[in-house]
Amino acid sequence: MEKMKALCKRNIAFPIFALFFLVVTLLHQLGIVNSYFMQVMMLACIYIIMAESLNILNGMTGLSSLGQAGFMSVGAYSSAIFTTYILHVSSLPEPLQVVAFVAATLVGAVMAAICGVLIGIPALRLRGDYLAIVTLGFCEVIRAIWRVVPADIAGGAFGLTGIPKLANFFWAFLFMILSLYFCRNYMDSSFGRACLAIRDNEIAADTMGIDCFRYKTIAFASSAFIAGVAGSLYAHLLSYIHPDVFSYAKSSDFLVYLYAGGVGSISGAMLGALALTVLPELLRFLNDWRLVIYGALLLCIILFRPTGLFGGREFAFLQLKTGGIRVFHVSTFTNWVKGLFRGEKRVKEGAGK
Amino acid sequence: MDNFLQLLIYGLQLGSIYALLAIGYTMVFGIIRMINMAHCDFLMMGCYMVYFLVSVLFGGEMIGPAVALLVVMAGSSVIGMVGVGIERVAYRPLRNRPTIMCMISAIGVSIFTQNLFRALPFIGPNPRSFPKLIEDFTINVGAVKISFTRIVTVTLSIFIMLLLWFVIQNTKIGMHMRAVSNDKDAAALMGVNINRVISITFFIGAFLAAVSGSFYASSYPVMQPTMAVTLGNKAFIAAVCGGIGDIRGAVLGGFVIGVAEILVTSVWSEFAYGFCFLVLVVILLFKPEGLLGKPMTEKV
Repeated sequence: MEKMKALCKRNIAFPIFALFFLVVTLLHQLGIVNSYFMQVMMLACIYIIMAESLNILNGMTGLSSLGQAGFMSVGAYSSAIFTTYILHVSSLPEPLQVVAFVAATLVGAVMAAICGVLIGIPALRLRGDYLAIVTLGFCEVIRAIWRVVPADIAGGAFGLTGIPKLANFFWAFLFMILSLYFCRNYMDSSFGRACLAIRDNEIAADTMGIDCFRYKTIAFASSAFIAGVAGSLYAHLLSYIHPDVFSYAKSSDFLVYLYAGGVGSISGAMLGALALTVLPELLRFLNDWRLVIYGALLLCIILFRPTGLFGGREFAFLQLKTGGIRVFHVSTFTNWVKGLFRGEKRVKEGAGK
Repeated sequence: MDNFLQLLIYGLQLGSIYALLAIGYTMVFGIIRMINMAHCDFLMMGCYMVYFLVSVLFGGEMIGPAVALLVVMAGSSVIGMVGVGIERVAYRPLRNRPTIMCMISAIGVSIFTQNLFRALPFIGPNPRSFPKLIEDFTINVGAVKISFTRIVTVTLSIFIMLLLWFVIQNTKIGMHMRAVSNDKDAAALMGVNINRVISITFFIGAFLAAVSGSFYASSYPVMQPTMAVTLGNKAFIAAVCGGIGDIRGAVLGGFVIGVAEILVTSVWSEFAYGFCFLVLVVILLFKPEGLLGKPMTEKV
């Protein structure tokens, strides 16, 4: 019975996500929710992806990174150059544009991951605060590079304009869900558990035969990969990117989202990013005082809820399981639907082990 | 050659500002191992403090060097007290938590102060010009022009740094600071009042940042609430390059970064900002403890 309850709790997430998406889209179509709200929601999705990517480093592996915006910029620029200059997407027919966008997102993510490995290998000789500082340094160097690249390739200091607006709420939401599940399964895999061991005690992990350097590099690569996806979405949503957008201030924003939500928990990162993206928009009526109150609230969260808004807990559907990796697939949803009609919950063989 | 010497003078002036600011970063890091992201805001606050003191007390008239020095010191002391207050409210409750929480808190403080200054009706987001404190004139040495403000900035900075060095090496409170930075728990057991030492460290850091703000604004007289962010980043780089936790390192790093930045700007201005970070990355990768730092040993 307990098993069935747990399974039911986990499987309920997917239809809730689908329902949420449908409701928001419907409300938008009916004109009840305006485009401004949709824009905020899309940005929230992108920032959730970024917070998740930072969570892989800071929360799961215990490496502090202050340069997450650098990886995001690599994803944004490489995907934007891919669609705008290489494929000339605006001249393609509609269905091909979508394919091109997904391909570009993949290109951006892979480029960011490569960048993550290239930065990770030298940087991982350092520990603690020094690692944080060197990632900050790399992030700003990447930004400086985008600034000096000739204008006809990446826009130079003026920024890259005319990127086709291919991202919409569907894509942002889809990639957000995918990143959540990626993080969940990552944490549950042998990689993730090695990372957790390194976070808790690196020397002990090393003694147990975990190749710390390898797993840290993998963590860097996966984190950068997700950040690249967010970058691609960002570029194709705002259709204009500028080197200064991806500054250290942006990285520290993501850090704040993660720690305000609750570091180490996927749900915490998600809620933190969602809350702190929506909060400044809700405070718009305060005009000039908006960000003052935002800063004060942020301080209150940090001071009075040191474990974050979500207190390090995890939604049931994101909980770490002991036992084998179970990738979410459609059968779980269909089983749930079948269960609804039969009035009973079906338990998959060995799922709750 | 003359051109080079002229650039060197500019570099020394900028370097002394970075050095003063970097001392604050390095002292706070040395004592509570925290990267104080809000440190640069003390520079901005110091500028505004002196600006308001001068406009209220003297109506924006030019004042002599002695009075100017007094006003700058008084204004900076107030900012020093603000620094102590911020530590008390925002960092002390988090002292037993991982140091990254302190850093997040500092980011929150930074967002709060910058936007508070932007929102306050008598400050506002628009740039203001810093009052001219002393009459400026130029001295020609060969083909090199040196303005009086630059000489004052560099000499005063060096004087302050020497004074600080003396305080840290030869006074009781300096000894306490060194003890706390070496081992906080052992120092506490020996009867050092940790809270007082940390407060004094924050006072000195904020004070020096405010002084460097006045120096900076005397040469580049545009003030706005976000003016200090870039300066703060570079001073932080300077502190890390010199060896974070070491005051001599911060001074050396400040001058190195200041001179290097001016020289690179004269060649390729677009890359100057990135260049500082490139220096940072290279130094961290090959000598992570910085130019003057001692290698850290990790205890099991």
